[in-house]
Amino acid sequence: MTSVIAAVPPASSDASYFARAERREAWSFALLAVPGLVVIGLLLIVPVGWLFVLSFIGKDGGVSLENYARLAQPVYVITFVTTFQIAGIVTLGSILLGYPVAYLLSQLSPRAAAICMIFVILPFWTSVLVRTYAWLVLLQRRGLINSWLVSLGIINEPIPLVNNFIGTTIGMLHVLLPFMILPLYSSMKTIDTDYLKAASSCGASPMRAFWDVFFPLSRPGLFAGTVLVFILSLGFYLTPALLGGGRVSMWSMQIATNVSTYSNWGAASALGVLLLVVTIAILAALNKVFRVDKLYGGR
Amino acid sequence: MTQFSSGMMMSRFAFAAAVLIGSAQIALAQDSVTFAGFGGQYQSSVRKALFDPAGKKLGVRVREESHSGLASVRVQVQSGKPGWDIVQLGEADCARGQSEGLFEPLDYSKIDTAGIAPLARGTAYIGSNYVSTVLAWQKDKYKDKPPRNWKDFWDPKAFPGRRAMHIYPQESMEIALLADGVDKDKLYPLDADRALASLAKLKPSIDVFWQSGAQASQLLKDGEVDMIVIWGSRVASVLADGAPVDFTYDQALLGFGCFGIPKGAANAAAAQRMIAQMVTPEIQANIPDLLPYYGPINERAFSVKQFSAEALAKANSSPQNKDRQAPLQPAWWADNIARVQERYQALIAK
Repeated sequence: MTSVIAAVPPASSDASYFARAERREAWSFALLAVPGLVVIGLLLIVPVGWLFVLSFIGKDGGVSLENYARLAQPVYVITFVTTFQIAGIVTLGSILLGYPVAYLLSQLSPRAAAICMIFVILPFWTSVLVRTYAWLVLLQRRGLINSWLVSLGIINEPIPLVNNFIGTTIGMLHVLLPFMILPLYSSMKTIDTDYLKAASSCGASPMRAFWDVFFPLSRPGLFAGTVLVFILSLGFYLTPALLGGGRVSMWSMQIATNVSTYSNWGAASALGVLLLVVTIAILAALNKVFRVDKLYGGR
Repeated sequence: MTQFSSGMMMSRFAFAAAVLIGSAQIALAQDSVTFAGFGGQYQSSVRKALFDPAGKKLGVRVREESHSGLASVRVQVQSGKPGWDIVQLGEADCARGQSEGLFEPLDYSKIDTAGIAPLARGTAYIGSNYVSTVLAWQKDKYKDKPPRNWKDFWDPKAFPGRRAMHIYPQESMEIALLADGVDKDKLYPLDADRALASLAKLKPSIDVFWQSGAQASQLLKDGEVDMIVIWGSRVASVLADGAPVDFTYDQALLGFGCFGIPKGAANAAAAQRMIAQMVTPEIQANIPDLLPYYGPINERAFSVKQFSAEALAKANSSPQNKDRQAPLQPAWWADNIARVQERYQALIAK
């Protein structure tokens, strides 16, 4: 009986009672978060911190900046630029391809949307390695696409579609497209179609209604997808390694080369730390401009 | 009566104990080693040709794992308790591992080095089999006028076509020097500037820099390239598939696979005995038949057994093939890899 009474707040609004209740709630949430925090701490913070420390340890085991000084060499400058170029192109490509798909999905009946969504998610269930090899088979000189184009008389000579920048971009787009479509779709689903009707009744053409009403409302999903795709692109290894033909040098591949070339782990760690720092800086800048944190429920 | 039965109990117990101790001793006598190689077909052939017969002879059980290069050996050694007793690597990595102190010194009082070239052994590694890096091409593309050496490979005007080489500086720089006219016996110490300048000339004509042997096979087999720098053993699988390709041992690079014992290996003593056994002419003589397009590291292997003309033609270290190739000197790479790696990578990434 007493517990029931305690659960009901006193009729007179007792400030200290609510303060205590809120504190209790905060504590229980904190306790619930402990397992998650421990996992993140052990699996993310500790290794990254260790990486950071290692990057300042030189060949002779002492503290030094030699691992960072090396990064001014041309190979790292070229690779850094290539990595961001590819990430930029893949992000742009996935917006151009993903937005219309997400829009279509959001306009379909729930049943049709669910069926189409399977095709978007299906690639997730296939290994990246298998998908990458499939592209190799399709795109190579005597592959399906070149054979068709030649036999149809559209081209005389096979065009180089793989083992270069193009092949890498195609392969990465394929892997990353769902990461653009899914956030876009979920934000488009929440857009009330009454707004569009209202725009039409005010005399807006369908185009005008889309750009002035629908597009701005879909922006949170667009930003989320852009950030996801861009950041995932920066760390890609397998797809560029297999489809780039060794001519597309990504940052992750330089990390791998450093691991085997240098006996001190600091060399490769410095590359990892630099990429992490630059990525965080870009996220922070995007956040300033677009207030990305709002998307994740920030205030 | 009670005394008798307790006596019997005692003797039974003693007997059981003796059996237990005895079987424990038998189990101890059965040494075992864990071998880590590159995996795949290569590793299983090395096991069949070298590990199984040596293990049988010495009564050593062989367990197998695979590694992912020198970096993984470093991790094992740094852990203080490596899980591997014998690793097989390429010659440049063995030399580098030795200079980094990753391997136990080999016990040369137990290894008969007669027939094993001094280049193919270090204080802490020894060759297991020769490996060639060759020039291969599509027969239907070049018909009766195929490229014959690296000079031809470097001449896109006389020999048009798509080309591939591997992405690592080791071997690529030697090939660049051979193409530039350096004598095959005067390659070392490598003139890095000249090699990179020579590579820069051909770079625009290279369509693919491959990263794995499987990728190289696939490029050749699918006709993605017309000419390729490729490991001889990897041409073998393409030839076996009936693809219209050919290759030459002329000016090929003669490197080798090698064994090392990771520092601190639990079964180092057994590993020493196994390695000594595996480089004997008798066991090396299994290579021409079981590892075609590789070759015995011990040249006496060719005299302990009669080989078919076909096996001798395939074996890269047979008397008729060995002298056509340029021997690799891994020691140069152990000292210089860090110095040239980034310049080479910059050239490729451009």
